[in-house]
Amino acid sequence: MSRQADAQLSGSQRISRALLTLISPRGAVFLLLIVLLLAITALNPSFAEPGQFIRFIQRVAPIAIVAIGQYFVIVAGEFDLSMGSLVTAQVVIAGNLIGQDDSRSIPVLIGMLVFGALVGLVNGLVTSLLRVPSFIVTLGMMLALLGGVLYWTGGAATGNPADGFREIGRGGIRNVPVLDIIPWAVLVLAAVLAAAIWFTKTPFGRSIIAVGDNETTARFAGIRVWWVKTSTFILSSLSATIAGVLLVGYAGVHPKVGQGYEFIAITAVVLGGVVLGGGRGWVVAAAAGAFALEALFTLLNFAGVASTWRDGIQGVIIIAAVAYSAAVFRGRRKSPSVTSPISGKEPEPFAEPAHSAPQSRPNEGNHSTQKEVQ
Amino acid sequence: MSALAPKARRRFGTTAIVYIALLAVMIVGAVLVNTAGRNFLSPGNIRDILTGMSVLGFVAIGQTLVILCASLDLSVPYVVSLSSLLGATIMAGNPANIIPAVLVTLTVAAGIGLLIGLTVTKLRVNGFIATLGAGLIIKGYLDTQYKGTAGSMPWEFQLIGATGVGPVPVSTIIMLAAALLVALFLSKTRTGNHMFAVGGNEQVSRFSGIRTSRPTVVAHMLCSVMAAMAGLLLASRLGVGSPTVGTQGGYDLLSIAAVVLGGTLLLGGRGSIWGTIGGVAIFAVMDNVMSVIQLNPFLKDVVRGVIIVAAVAVYTGRAIESRRPRFGRDSQSSMYPSVDLQLAMDQEKERDHEPTS
Repeated sequence: MSRQADAQLSGSQRISRALLTLISPRGAVFLLLIVLLLAITALNPSFAEPGQFIRFIQRVAPIAIVAIGQYFVIVAGEFDLSMGSLVTAQVVIAGNLIGQDDSRSIPVLIGMLVFGALVGLVNGLVTSLLRVPSFIVTLGMMLALLGGVLYWTGGAATGNPADGFREIGRGGIRNVPVLDIIPWAVLVLAAVLAAAIWFTKTPFGRSIIAVGDNETTARFAGIRVWWVKTSTFILSSLSATIAGVLLVGYAGVHPKVGQGYEFIAITAVVLGGVVLGGGRGWVVAAAAGAFALEALFTLLNFAGVASTWRDGIQGVIIIAAVAYSAAVFRGRRKSPSVTSPISGKEPEPFAEPAHSAPQSRPNEGNHSTQKEVQ
Repeated sequence: MSALAPKARRRFGTTAIVYIALLAVMIVGAVLVNTAGRNFLSPGNIRDILTGMSVLGFVAIGQTLVILCASLDLSVPYVVSLSSLLGATIMAGNPANIIPAVLVTLTVAAGIGLLIGLTVTKLRVNGFIATLGAGLIIKGYLDTQYKGTAGSMPWEFQLIGATGVGPVPVSTIIMLAAALLVALFLSKTRTGNHMFAVGGNEQVSRFSGIRTSRPTVVAHMLCSVMAAMAGLLLASRLGVGSPTVGTQGGYDLLSIAAVVLGGTLLLGGRGSIWGTIGGVAIFAVMDNVMSVIQLNPFLKDVVRGVIIVAAVAVYTGRAIESRRPRFGRDSQSSMYPSVDLQLAMDQEKERDHEPTS
């Protein structure tokens, strides 16, 4: 639908369409972010100073990285609820295994990455091969990880890792002109985001969206669906691991670090216009969603809103954001083929993958096959 | 085609498997408890298990309805806390206030459910997000309004949580009565039947002339009302209302797990209340056994997590064989498209061959 329309657009229409993108669900998060940042600056002008602003980015980095990981899982049509627990687990692992011995940093870091990948592999294989809904798999993983880590540490996880390791989360390149400091966290975020953007552009990255949009067509197109799904879980677990490494420096070791990150990440991803159920979304918008969420909290802080209302306002914002994008997508979907079957066209059989409709048209024979069997 | 026969067999089958699993858990539990030198089937222990079932049971009954409609309710823990506080503060220790307090609490909960349902159906917000947001809003209200426990329950109301008929607590009887009512609602009423249709495939049910929003809204309302009953029950046990009682229980995720453990499809359209009750019972027996053998509380979570996933893997592994090919499948409405399609195409082939041969 949209592809045919694009081809018919003239130049001026194209410019107006670019402007429209900013108010479309895909771009709305950037608009929201700009508005929030301007509002914070209005309340507290020092926020816009480069030194302050880079600190803000440092604070968002773990959340944004978790959101980027969650993006891949959600766009493939699944959930990862185990991310928060995995962050906690990695933080505790770092604290307990590294201790005050700097020389252990690298081996433990490698061990954490392997552990993260393993958790993702288990999540992914149980979801894709055993066909257990990912909601349940990752819920079980969430309980098991948190319980396991607390059991291991006897419920009181203390003991920060060596300062050298914590430097990744709280240190940076010092004595930089203008910025004063470039935190490592910001560089890590930039690297993760760049890698994520590159990955979404590879054929494999595109097949993730294809699987999320329509698993059946993806399978018929020759995509190994089980491996694509499993890889998204590995990506999300690795991103949770990286966030854990940053958080252990920034926040220290505590069983509550990472708590609720799975829902924060899902919220950020959804704010970024990514559709739950998969098949539609942009990884940069998901990261921007994390920034918008943190900017919202910062704004509420500066505006003197009672901290107890933070959650309430967050709730209103995410409902509003999703309602908005739903309204826009519904408006787009109102093509004659859906509303009036009388016009000779067959009604669209699927509600969700409206974008893929043109590609699936040639498969009409396939649909009728299914209908006859019914 | 023979589509109907396996369907009937399967619906019986899933719930039966839940109870077979429950029996297995009970046998393993009984052995473990006996090795710990205690009697699993003693009246006291049975009472403990049934008491453990009642609160999660209420929440899970409501959650079943919502999941049948292919939605989710993550706001239940906050509704539970809110209702425990509302009930306790309105009653304020006075037995005369019991009925108005219960009515007000249930009405408020129904109102919350109505708003959630309208957000899901009219604003087209995914149930996951709508209820996550609604939960956060209620949490904001609770955190702002209440600093700690509040109100007090009159003794007459506390009896509901404290007394029983033989080894069966009154609260469990009320929960089972609610389950019976909801099961009848699902099987006998039009809205109840439509819940299966809308959850199975919303578009097909709309084309079939069903007003698709009504079942979803009703499901969300009933779910919040059930959560409120759970909240009142908790308040009657504690004697006061508490702003954290719902979140401490983790009722959002546990109830969803119990529903799925009970054989209800997370994607909607298929499931049963009695399966859910079986799932809740499995949880209750598991918790009871782990408490009696004094397992480390952190290990309990590990065991829970593993059992949830393992149990659901058993169900879904079985369902691959017996799923009817369904029209309008996409990534959201079917978990096993290739198998279904393969089946459909094979059947199609057979049929094509028949006339020629």
